[in-house]
Parts: sequence; C-alpha cells; structure tokens
Amino acid sequence: MSDTHAQTVRYVRETMLPEREPPLAETGVIKWMRENLFSSWINAILTIVSLYIIFVVLSAIIPWLLNSVWDAESLTECREILAAQGLSSHDGACGAVLTARWHQLVFGYYPSELYWRPILALALFLVGIAPVLFANLPRQMLLVSAAVPFVCFWLLWGGSVWFPVMIALGFVLGYLAMVLVGKALSPLAGIIAAIVLPILYWIFLAGPLAAAMADVIPLRIEEVQSRAFGGFMLSVVIGLSAIILSLPLGILLALARQSNLFIIKTSAVVFIEVIRGVPLIVWLFTAQLLLNYFLPRGTNFDLTLRVIIMVTLFSSAYIAEVVRGGLAALPKGQYEGADSLGLDYWQSMRLIILPQALKISIPGIVNTFIGLFKDTTLVVFIGLFDPLGIAGAIRASTEWNGIYWELFVFIGLMFFIACYSMGRYSLYLEKKLQREHR
Amino acid sequence: MSDTATNRVINRDAMTVSDEVAIQITDMNKWYGTFHVLRDINLTVNRGERIVVCGPSGSGKSTLIRCINRLEEHQAGSIVVDGTELSSDLKNIDKIRSEVGMCFQHFNLFPHLTILENCTLAPIWVRKTPKREAEETAMHFLEKVKIPEQADKYPGQLSGGQQQRVAIARSLCMRPRIMLFDEPTSALDPEMIKEVLDTMIELAEEGMTMICVTHEMGFARQVANRVIFMDAGQIVEQNEPEEFFNNPQSERTKLFLSQILGH
Ligand SMILES: Nc1ncnc2c1ncn2[C@@H]1O[C@H](COP(=O)(O)OP(=O)(O)O)[C@@H](O)[C@H]1O
Ligand SMILES: [Mg+2]
Repeated sequence: MSDTHAQTVRYVRETMLPEREPPLAETGVIKWMRENLFSSWINAILTIVSLYIIFVVLSAIIPWLLNSVWDAESLTECREILAAQGLSSHDGACGAVLTARWHQLVFGYYPSELYWRPILALALFLVGIAPVLFANLPRQMLLVSAAVPFVCFWLLWGGSVWFPVMIALGFVLGYLAMVLVGKALSPLAGIIAAIVLPILYWIFLAGPLAAAMADVIPLRIEEVQSRAFGGFMLSVVIGLSAIILSLPLGILLALARQSNLFIIKTSAVVFIEVIRGVPLIVWLFTAQLLLNYFLPRGTNFDLTLRVIIMVTLFSSAYIAEVVRGGLAALPKGQYEGADSLGLDYWQSMRLIILPQALKISIPGIVNTFIGLFKDTTLVVFIGLFDPLGIAGAIRASTEWNGIYWELFVFIGLMFFIACYSMGRYSLYLEKKLQREHR
Repeated sequence: MSDTATNRVINRDAMTVSDEVAIQITDMNKWYGTFHVLRDINLTVNRGERIVVCGPSGSGKSTLIRCINRLEEHQAGSIVVDGTELSSDLKNIDKIRSEVGMCFQHFNLFPHLTILENCTLAPIWVRKTPKREAEETAMHFLEKVKIPEQADKYPGQLSGGQQQRVAIARSLCMRPRIMLFDEPTSALDPEMIKEVLDTMIELAEEGMTMICVTHEMGFARQVANRVIFMDAGQIVEQNEPEEFFNNPQSERTKLFLSQILGH
C-alpha cells in the first residue's frame, strides 16, 4: 500500500455499528415469476412451451373425467349414454366400471359378507403401527403392536385361533432361546439357537400343537382360502407384511455382514448377493413351484404366505445394503465411544450405532419399501389376483370387455397415493430427527 | 505446541501415589499387519499416578493407551489392569472398560442423545443403576465440569471445549478408577484448552490415576509425576517432569523437546 493511504491503514473504530434490517427487495409474484420462469430468453421460451404442453394434456384429460358416466351396467351401455349426449367414446370416461366392480378391485374374491374382517384388520394394523411411526405415543402401545400381526393374520385367513397363537409362540421361543442359550454358552450360540429352534418348532410342532389345542378349545371363525384374496387387499397384505418383516431381517443381515465372525459374515454376504442377483419374478416362480418340495410332505403351505416370505427375503437383502451404507457412514469414534464405556455389542448397536445409522438410511429404506410395494403387482404372473389381475379378470367379462384406461388410471392412482404417503412420511421423519439432533 | 500453563495454584500434596499397582504392562508387543507398532513395552502405573505420554506423531502413543482398554488388541506380552489380565474373554474386556474411562481427541459424544443421556447411558445399561440415581450422578459430574445448564442440549450445540468436558463427565459417571486421555486438547481452539486442562487438573487433585497423551507441557510440569517419551513404538525415556524437561538424556528426546518448546 502506498504512503498516501497511510491514514486509512491506521484506523480505530470509535462507535460500533448497530444491527440493520436487510434492504427491502422487490417481492411478490412478479419477482418470483421473473426469477423462476422468465430469467432469460431461453427460459421464457421453455416456460411457454411447457405451459402449452400442460394445457394440451389437461384439456384432454379433464373433459374425459368430467364427462364420465358413473352409472351403467356394461361398457356398451356406457357408450350408448355417451352417444346420447352426442359424445364419442373417447370424450368421456366410463367410471361405471369402478362403481360396479370396486369391491373386486379392493377385496378380490373375498366373501362379501366377511368384508368387515379385512377392514377391522386394517384398523387394528393402523392402531398397531401408530406407536412405531410416531414416537410421542405411549410406549406401552408397542405391546399391542406386537400382537397385531397375529390378530390380523387370524382375521384375514380365519380358521382356528390356535394356529396364529402357536406361530406367535415360536417368536417367544426364539427370544427365550437367544437370552438363555446366549447367557449359558455364547452370544453366537444364542443367535443360532434363536434362528434354528423356532424354525424346527414351526415345521414339526406348531401344526400338531395347534390341532391338539383346537380339539380341546375349538375357537374358530370361518376360513377364507388365500385364492380368494385379491385386489388392493392382496397388495397391501403382501406389501405391509414384507415391509414389516424385512426391516428387522435386513438390519440383522447388515450387522451380520459387518461381523468379524467368518461364518456369519460369509452367510450374510452369500444370502444378500444371491437374493439380489436374481429377479424377483424368478423368486416368485420359485415360491409358486419349488418351495413345496422343501417342506415336509403333507404340509400345504399357503401360496400367499409363500409369496410374502419370498418378497420379504428379497427386500431384506436390499434393506441390508441400505443399512450397511448407514453403518459405514458412522465415524469409527462412535463405535469406540460405545466400547470405551463398557457397552456390550448388542447394547452399543441398539443404543448408539443403529439409531444413527438408520437415521441416515431412512431415504434409502423408504425407497426400497416403495419399490417393494409396487413390485407386489408381479404376483399377477403366478396367478394371484392383485389389482392388475383383477383388472384383467374384469376386462375378460362380457360386460366390460374392451375397457382399460379407467381401470389402470384408478389402479395407478391408488398406488400413487400409497407410495406418495410413504415418501411424505420419510420426509417428516428426516425433518423430525434433524430437529431433534441438532 | 505452546506452553499453556494454568496460573492456578496446584495442590500437589493431595496427589498421593500409593504402592498399589493399577496397570502393569509387561513385554507388550503389537503389530498392525506386519508393521511393528509397539515394541517391548514395559510400564507399571501405581494407583494415583499421573503419567504424561508424549512423542512425535505416529510413535504409537494412541495405540499404547488404546491397548489398555483393549480398543486395540496386543499380540504378545501381558497387560494387567486392576488385577484383571486382558485376554480375548469378552466379559473381562467389558469389565475393564467399565472401570477405565477414556477421553478421545474428537470427544466421540453420541450426537443423537442429549448431554444428560450421554452421561446416564452407560451407568443405566452397564451398571444397571436406576435412572433417577444415574441422572443425579450425571448432574453432579456436569456441575463438576461446570456445564450443568447444558444438560438438555445435544452435543452439536456445544463448543469443542464444552464437548470435551462433557466427555470427561460421561466417563466419570461410570466412577472409573483409571482415566485415559488421548490428546484431549489437540482438536480445540486455544481459548478452550484451558477449561479442559483445568478439569483434568481437578481430577488429578482428587487422586485419579491418569495416563494422558498430550503435548501440553505446562500441564505435564504441573500435574504429572512421570513423563514418558515414546518414539518408533518404544519407550525411549521416562523421568520426573522437571528432570525430563531440564535435563533430557536421549538425543531423540532433546530433538523432540527443542521442536515443541523452542521455536
Ligand atoms: N488401524 C491401523 N492400521 C494400521 N496402522 C495403524 C493403525 N492405526 C495406527 N497405525 C499406525 O501406527 C502408528 C502409530 O499410530 P498411533 O498410535 O496413532 O500414533 P500416535 O498416537 O503416537 O500419533 C502410525 O504409524 C500409524 O500410521
Ligand atoms: Mg494419536
């Protein structure tokens, strides 16, 4: 700096400056539009072209929806009504197919006098899931949540109450095995016992036990074959069961993959890679055709249940990888902090590592769930009547032969609502956790 | 590193050293793969001793104290902490870890838990202390490190110095008999170093057995009763602080001291 500026170099502030408002910028719609839509010539042109396209699309769809016929017995009748108004069959939708067949799209071939059962099951499910989704509800409600899956199973499939009870006992058995064997021998032996014992129990003991109990106290409601399941009910049953089961399984797999016990680590890697490396549809065919060969003779294992198991295994492999990403993102110091305080492996996982890793993984987990839910439509290929299967059946009937837009728009809309809500919940959770931890 | 001596009067009389052995390391060796990181370490620490470990970066200081609570595994020799030999027995390890507190350079607080929860977690889950009692203990130690008012905040809302003091309080809540410090002030801004050192001095005055890896030579002079100099995975020199600083014996020590003290 030159000498002439010497007096500006030496400087002592005598009064401190007060805080001031930021300059009042121009605000409002005009400014927003100028910045976001018309910031340059190219943007202005793109904006106008886009607006035109949106206009064209909407001007085709909206009248089609508005002119829709909601009350007709068949597609022919629908077209006649439209023609009577001087409209061609392209000018108006035939929503009547939905009013006439909505119960099939929603419940499939579930007996209509038993519709209350899936509805009650859904209500119970919502009660059960609430404390899991929203942490500010009382924790005791989680006990209800644990019982809900078995009650829902009983409501949906019906039959003797003892079957779901015996299945539930298997989980209790697994838990006891983990705690007792884990204490007596080693944590690893505990885990193995917790996996092997319940499986043996379910295969060999649960059935006879349930039958014996049913003889003593016959408590049953009307049974519904799972071929009667269909429509969104089927998608929701498969989707939700797989979502709920695959999250804990995926977490365990992710932990197993990180383990330094060679056998556990290798099994997890092999499982994940094999499951991920084969298309879901192949696994579904496996569920349909092959699984019965591996089960003891005489067990007629319900197809829907087999599909649920397959979809669960499939998505748990993806969840495992997502969670592994979250685990890897945690600084090593978190593991060391937990270790240095004397927390054991499960404590440090449950209290320190997983809460943080899962928080990071939320977007990926929800993304996997959304994919899973939409993939439930693949079951149409193994002869189950998911909404697409039902749509096919409706289109095959004489009344509605030839209709398609109305059905597929409706099905698409339902899936969109479900998946969009999951996405919103994920955002809510991320925001909430961010607020809490910072 | 500068000489950040605190200007408080230190009560050295209270810092008594007993004959009881707290840590006994015999012929300990450790390798990372083929890299021989610790070589023939022999070290006995009596109850109440305050030991400062210094040495150039990469000399194995962190590895040494991390072996004491088995964050790292040693491959030869033995380490006996409080009469329990460190082996691969998980029960022993968890027991020793709950008796030996550790503070890290980067604090390693749990960001998803409040300060209070950070402090009560281990007492509740490891010691099975009732929650209320654990919270009372936690508040006691947070008062001791002079941040009780931050109890309901999350670690991310605190300054580095405050976080390190929380980390110390968190360790103290387990009522450890030995405290390990791995460069507790080297991630801190200069004006926060003093508050952490003051906390550590207070601990020393209460007779805590401490091993501190640090380059705060003022702290070493005031508090330590032994300074250990490490280089290339070995203990090169150990002495009382005054002797160590005024009359270093080995060439390596002289070089190291001239680098960190003289400029
Ligand atoms: N996990 C590890 N794997 C391999 N080498 C390591 C590992 N941790 C530290 N080292 C090496 O061991 C040496 C000693 O490290 P460390 O004990 O951290 O030194 P200091 O704390 O004295 O700076 C360094 O050379 C470092 O690169
Ligand atoms: Mg170090």
